[in-house]
Amino acid sequence: MTPLQAPHAPAGAETRRADTVPQAATPVPASRRVRTTAGLAGRYLLLALVFALTVGPFLWQLSTSLKGNGERVFGYPPQLVPSRPTLHHYAEVLDTVPVLKFAGNSLLVALGSVLTNCLLGSMAGYALARMRFRGRALAAGVFLATMIIPFESIMVSEFLVARSLHLTDTLLGVMLPGAASGLSVMLMRNAFRRLPAEIEEAAILDGAGEWTRFRRIALPSVRGTLAAVAIFSFVFSWDDFLWPLVSLSDQGKYTLTIGIQYLSGTFTNDQRVIAAGTMMAVVPLLALFFALQRFFFRGVGEGAVKG
Amino acid sequence: MTGRRWYVPWLFLLPALAVAVCFFIVPFANTAVLSFTNASTLGGGTFTGGHNYARLLHDDQFWQSVRNTLLYTAIVVPCLVVLPLLLAVLVQKRIAGIGFFRAVFYSPVVASMVVAGLIWSWLLSSDGLVNSVLRGLHLVAAPVPFLTDARLLLFSAMAMTVWKGLGYYMVVYLAALANVPRSLLEAAEVDGAGAPRRFFHVTLPLVRPTMVLVATLAAIGSAKVFAEVYTLSDGSAGPGGEARTLVYTIREVGLGLGGEAGYASAMSIVLFLGTLGLSVAVTRLNSREERA
Repeated sequence: MTPLQAPHAPAGAETRRADTVPQAATPVPASRRVRTTAGLAGRYLLLALVFALTVGPFLWQLSTSLKGNGERVFGYPPQLVPSRPTLHHYAEVLDTVPVLKFAGNSLLVALGSVLTNCLLGSMAGYALARMRFRGRALAAGVFLATMIIPFESIMVSEFLVARSLHLTDTLLGVMLPGAASGLSVMLMRNAFRRLPAEIEEAAILDGAGEWTRFRRIALPSVRGTLAAVAIFSFVFSWDDFLWPLVSLSDQGKYTLTIGIQYLSGTFTNDQRVIAAGTMMAVVPLLALFFALQRFFFRGVGEGAVKG
Repeated sequence: MTGRRWYVPWLFLLPALAVAVCFFIVPFANTAVLSFTNASTLGGGTFTGGHNYARLLHDDQFWQSVRNTLLYTAIVVPCLVVLPLLLAVLVQKRIAGIGFFRAVFYSPVVASMVVAGLIWSWLLSSDGLVNSVLRGLHLVAAPVPFLTDARLLLFSAMAMTVWKGLGYYMVVYLAALANVPRSLLEAAEVDGAGAPRRFFHVTLPLVRPTMVLVATLAAIGSAKVFAEVYTLSDGSAGPGGEARTLVYTIREVGLGLGGEAGYASAMSIVLFLGTLGLSVAVTRLNSREERA
């Protein structure tokens, strides 16, 4: 059975390191110490530069959203810190556009997607990883195919399917196509594969049925991957733009991404209001990310390298 | 596991399979069939053989969108293969505060494309930040039409894609860099190899498979580009829709009242074959290189 180890740790890396690295520390020459310090300073300089490039646009938008009506948002030199910060534009967004309603729709769809991907994805992944049966390769092939077929290439038919099932203009219809993504199934399958057989064998001796073993033993052992699947489903669903754009025409059903786009169409004359709306869409997600970042990184590592 | 009944695995698989079949396999098969008909979004349609595909050959809008998409791919993919690798090398070393920097560099990935589009359209608009700085420094006399010139709009969308993708691929590369045995790097250092030599002769060959993976993912992503161009241009894809991408054209042709579902399906099949071809090509190129 596969050993319980980090998926990417090369076997024997530890021993090789011990073999080749001389244990006795050789004195570091002064010239090299200077070079290291300079190297470190250069490294931080580069980090600061990339920092400015990656969060700069967010900060600029935040600053714009807080600037008062009399304050200059155009012109040179640009002013990052608002001189009279106000939350007025946030109130204006809430007054004119049902942002909270849009956010509620997005939340409903995203939570539904989290629930189904965790449940359906782990059930399917468990069967693919721990059971031997005729047709397993075919079932795995179907999930792989969903990862290879770009959604964009089937969106016209997807719309026709959704319409024939009376799912267009419903939040259920927004959620269902992503309810059990191939990525979720494959991530869960890989996680279940890494479990040692012994823990299950004990449960079989105790007479536990398949479902009990899945729910009581296997599922709790893969909580880390389950968390990654949950977060990824949430973010994919929350950020999705094309499918809601195609399937929704009723404004009351808009999700936040579509709603925000609509906001920019309505308020093209006041950048501060658009900025406020943008911030309302992105800040909760950024907060979620910074709170749970290690799961994000785990998900990317496993999804891209192993999937 | 002897006493299990044959249907038990299928009970575990059924819900997820149902979703995959209903919303991927069936629509895909339907797309293939529709591409040989003159169906509209309202329904109906009769078999027209290869007419849709023949029509594509003489459709200027289609070719324009293919050219734009290819240009997009040709520029974005090399950027997303190289820049995130350099970034990963930069943040790989465990120095004070590096976890914070990694998280911050990843944050654009978390923002939705619409949010990114709104932020960037504000940065790049004719009276936006970039233009006011360029004009303030007297680098340009008139505002640069980043969003209103079709070609520049495409380049703006490329810049935004790279900005948004950097962090994602950085994490992918970090996982690969963690697998480069330190002993090899240390041995090279003992042999007198400087940092650049160690990078090119030890690290690079070992992360090459990851570079192929990133190239494949980035190429497939670029072939599907839509939201970037759509949001930066408020849905117009530039003046006269000249910056339209393949997905943009599929949506324009195939959806909405009286949309030509059959014709758009033929374009969709081209898109599918294109993404498939891209991933096969990238993998092929790599294996040939390894044999050489």
